[in-house]
Amino acid sequence: MSAAQTTTATRPREAGAAWRHARHVITGNPVTALAFALFFLLLLCAVLGPALVPYDPLASDTANALQAPSWAHPFGTDQLGRDILSRVVVATRLDMTVAIASVVLVFALGGLAGVAAGYFGGWTDRVVGRIADTIMAFPLFVLAMGIVAALGNTVTNIVIATAIVNFPLYARLARAEARVRREAGFVQAARLTGNGEWRILLTQILPNILPIMAVQVSLTMGYAILNAAGLSFIGLGVRPPMPEWGIMVAEGASFIVSGEWWVALFPGLALMLAVFCFNLLGDGLRDIVDPQRRG
Amino acid sequence: MRTVLLRLLGALPALAGVILVTFLLTRVLPGDTASYFAGPTASAESIAQIRAELGLDRPLPEQFFRYVTALAQGDLGMSLTTGQPVLKDLTARLPASVELTLAALLLAMSIAIPLGILAAVKQGSWADHLCRIVVTAGVSLPVFFTGLLLVYVFYFILGWSPAPLGRLDAFASAPPTVTGLYLVDSLLAGDMETFRASLAQMALPVATLGLFALAPIARISRGSMLAVLSADFVRTARASGLSPRYVILTYAFRNAMLPVLTTLGMVFSFLLGANVLVEKVFAWPGVGSYAVEALIASDFAPVQGFVLTMAILYVLLNLAIDLLYGLVDPRARMDA
Repeated sequence: MSAAQTTTATRPREAGAAWRHARHVITGNPVTALAFALFFLLLLCAVLGPALVPYDPLASDTANALQAPSWAHPFGTDQLGRDILSRVVVATRLDMTVAIASVVLVFALGGLAGVAAGYFGGWTDRVVGRIADTIMAFPLFVLAMGIVAALGNTVTNIVIATAIVNFPLYARLARAEARVRREAGFVQAARLTGNGEWRILLTQILPNILPIMAVQVSLTMGYAILNAAGLSFIGLGVRPPMPEWGIMVAEGASFIVSGEWWVALFPGLALMLAVFCFNLLGDGLRDIVDPQRRG
Repeated sequence: MRTVLLRLLGALPALAGVILVTFLLTRVLPGDTASYFAGPTASAESIAQIRAELGLDRPLPEQFFRYVTALAQGDLGMSLTTGQPVLKDLTARLPASVELTLAALLLAMSIAIPLGILAAVKQGSWADHLCRIVVTAGVSLPVFFTGLLLVYVFYFILGWSPAPLGRLDAFASAPPTVTGLYLVDSLLAGDMETFRASLAQMALPVATLGLFALAPIARISRGSMLAVLSADFVRTARASGLSPRYVILTYAFRNAMLPVLTTLGMVFSFLLGANVLVEKVFAWPGVGSYAVEALIASDFAPVQGFVLTMAILYVLLNLAIDLLYGLVDPRARMDA
């Protein structure tokens, strides 16, 4: 109990320092600042999306089908006359939800399994390692396709498939990080004061490796978005009238050859920007977490 | 020879895992496979009959045994959409995918490795900046989106490339099949016209896939070249008065290629996945678009056959990389 109390007692000061450091990194690197700005834009679109847009994303207006971008429709209209700007903005919520849900899921499963494997070693380690190796033996996108085909063609299963495919990454990272801390001073101190193994794992090791895992989350978010969009591009998960970036690019694909570029371009750009944002954010977060740059 | 055998044995657990997972994927199909085959109007008896026929009423271990024996005989089931055995469909379509993937890999390597090395040797130069841009763009661009952009620019605006519809346009005929790769086959037949036609069709999909594979290869080339250049033996070589060119090409380059070789495994994982998307964009008649068509039609046997084929291919590719690594690096041979 005492170990836990000391950590809580020192936390406010640490948090203050971390916050100052974060501000230092953000203001020091304009690219990271840009990434944070993009992130807040995405967040805004995801939370307030339907309230922000000028048109109903599902309302078709066949008289105005396939209009090039104009003042009334900045991103143009699609084959049913739906406003593409509205659809792109509203789609943010679904794309972000799928990516975040899958990352949270794999963070919980892969992180816990990896920490346990690294901390306990022995058969836990072997089982987790074998599962990770088996997943890695597949080309990842192909495995995701197979999983969605087997579990059923729904958005939930896209989340699950994306999480499973990312499992080895998280499990291996958490395992390596837990392993080097297994015999660290603070772990031995916690053990000496009579904490159980699981308790040490959850209150000492896990919080200790969280920052490193957070960087991983941000770096895999980009991949999760691409993976989910790729799956819906080939017609899995999301059903047509629903606005989602991958399926919108797929719908626009048939108009590219006849020159209606805007149908596919804008959702594709949104997708690219989101992935780009999370990759930059991951690099920025690494700078915050990396002690070498602190001070 | 012994090391080769050992490596082959080392690939067995991965292969077993792959087969087990594909089997599990076939058994967790949504709902009941038997009632799916029987159709919506089937009675309870006919469903039970079909279940017995398919062996679905047996315990799981026995089902697994049957699955493996069927696999060993090359039986991957029937495709409901094409009415052909899945294995036959896959072998007919595999060369198209192989040609696309290999060409893309060659393209990516021939650009990425020199670029990465140049970026490492001349840090801060235009090559370094170009390398950084390529790496960042490569990880952020959805491969299907790049493909569509290329189609728009090179087909619609410039008119340089043919319509993105398969391996050859409607007027050309396929070369006599030897390897199944149109480029190789048309050269063997001495048919330059078909060679040019299939090269034109391939240009855009290969560029799309290549761009995608470029990023990881360039990043690793640059990183490992930087690491090697700061190693002691390179400093010694320089201090001995060898020309910079000689030091870089013979001393540093060969050592820097080892991590690149290892990364190729990961690159293949990405390529085999991205292949599916690129094939869909360019209506390329490969295994990827076959699987996608089957998926849309809820025809599961081809999808499972495809997943299994890709996984086995990937395990074999990793094995080949392993063997190659032993060939290039004598130290790795000692360990094995």
